[in-house]
Amino acid sequence: MTQPRKPPAVEFAGVHKWYGAFHVLSDIHLHIETGERIVVCGPSGSGKSTLIRCVNRLEEHHRGALRVNGVELSGAEAQIDRVRREVGMVFQQFNLFPHLTVLQNCTLAPIWASATNRREAEARAFALLEKVRIADQAHKYPGALSGGQQQRVAIARALCMNPKIMLFDEPTSALDPEMVKEVLDTMVALAEDGMTMIVVTHEMGFARRVADRVVFMDHGEIVEIAPPEPFFSAPRQERTRQFLSQLLH
Amino acid sequence: MTMPLDAGTRPILERSYLRIRGAGLVSSPANTLTTGVVALLIAWAGWTFLRWAILDAAWNGGPEACRIHAGACWPFISTNARLMFFGVYPQGLLWRPALSLVLMGSVVVASMIPRFWSWRLALAWVTAPTAVCLLLSGAFTAAPVSTNEWGGLPLTLLVWMIAFAGAFVIAVPLALARRSKLGGLRTAAIVTIELVRAVPMLVALYVSRFIVPMTAPAFEINLFVSVEAALTLFVASYLAEILRAGLQSLPTGQTEAAQALGLSYARTMQLVLLPQALRAVIPALVNLGIGVLLSTPLVAVIGMTDFLSAVREAASHEQEWPGCYTIAYLVAGSVFFAICFVASRYSRWLERRLRVAGHR
Repeated sequence: MTQPRKPPAVEFAGVHKWYGAFHVLSDIHLHIETGERIVVCGPSGSGKSTLIRCVNRLEEHHRGALRVNGVELSGAEAQIDRVRREVGMVFQQFNLFPHLTVLQNCTLAPIWASATNRREAEARAFALLEKVRIADQAHKYPGALSGGQQQRVAIARALCMNPKIMLFDEPTSALDPEMVKEVLDTMVALAEDGMTMIVVTHEMGFARRVADRVVFMDHGEIVEIAPPEPFFSAPRQERTRQFLSQLLH
Repeated sequence: MTMPLDAGTRPILERSYLRIRGAGLVSSPANTLTTGVVALLIAWAGWTFLRWAILDAAWNGGPEACRIHAGACWPFISTNARLMFFGVYPQGLLWRPALSLVLMGSVVVASMIPRFWSWRLALAWVTAPTAVCLLLSGAFTAAPVSTNEWGGLPLTLLVWMIAFAGAFVIAVPLALARRSKLGGLRTAAIVTIELVRAVPMLVALYVSRFIVPMTAPAFEINLFVSVEAALTLFVASYLAEILRAGLQSLPTGQTEAAQALGLSYARTMQLVLLPQALRAVIPALVNLGIGVLLSTPLVAVIGMTDFLSAVREAASHEQEWPGCYTIAYLVAGSVFFAICFVASRYSRWLERRLRVAGHR
């Protein structure tokens, strides 16, 4: 290992956040290396969505330091926009732009946020739509697609910005059961390409298969961090055991 | 009452249509009576109108013909059409207001077609009124016409169009300011909007025409400018509220998705939020447009010869043309009705179309 140490992709150092009096993130310490795949799980209201929404500053943290690719996330507006261009996000509700076609959804940000010319942006969009196996729908509006298709478009849209990190906020929770697989398969393929990923999900099968580490959160705290094998077979914390036993039933 | 003889052989569809349309018309003695009375009233009104407008009407000749015939006096319309529709605009140059009508009409019609919705349309809404102003004033030509001689339908349409286009320029920042996180900016927007909305349009016109010039006696403020200033601000305050409602109707996920992609606030508004908000408020926009158009005759009270006052002017030759007010106002009413009816049908069609197209 003679390679110089790169800064971690994401670094939480004593991060706190409150919603009014509610302590939604409490003393979070987490280092995520480039190329690492992290799955965040925990009961609802445990702060896991808030955690990843802090990474691209859809939510502000109130105390502590949060660095993304070495950039401190409490600086100027321009710096935050730069971080956002390097961090892709996929939402539970897809959040595609319904007034634009699939292709336009994918080229909007490359053209207007990172000044790519239209032809280049479209070529890249087509390549990525091909990768999520939906290029044949490029000229349709999102309203004409199924949930699973929409979510795959959302993944392609995020990838069009060439992000270094991808955030997934419960990407399969709003899907009908028969569509979950097509989205998870897309995410597995992405992981195999070496993308740095932080995934909030209840899909434990995905966590087992893809995650380098699983983070378990409860009441705004990180309770346990472990690789999937020990996490699922021998959790150290009582709360983790309780949560996992509820999942299996 | 009107039981068809071959009821059994009528196509089923038609029968059920009749049943739905005719539901309750003859379901009880009281309903039957009401139906009969209303039908008689409609028949009587229709017959009276038909007799007046066609059977007893004078079709050609001069004022004498109208004195003989008891019905409508159509020669009045053909004789005075120019005055009614174009006011006192110089007779030899009538092609200018006529061309203006065509130009403005085309832009309005183009605005109604979803395929043309782009930034070019905004450009057309700036270019068309500018071109019409130049055309009517005869700028750069040997025959300039003062704004005091502009009048009639082109003027009404021009006043309306400039007020609407101008209102957009003011309303978008107003609506955004009203949603701003900056308290001072938000308060300023709220005060502006509420102040203007609390004032009747008539008062706004008076203030703009008579009070504002007092503060700057050195300048002579053109009547046309006064009218547009008042109307634009007036429309803008209502438009801002409509836009705000449209923006509020969008799910927060749209803003978040745009931000997550690294789009700036301005680009998010321009490319993601405003296009959707505008689609969501089209019915309200059409409503506002109709309302403003129907309010334009108020500009007559501060001395502008809009369409309705041009009609009134034309009809004021009462001695010469007996009973011409009726037909003059009827024609003016029909023009307003035609425009507004088309607009409201259009709005319903568009709502359906946007739903079908999956634009949400």
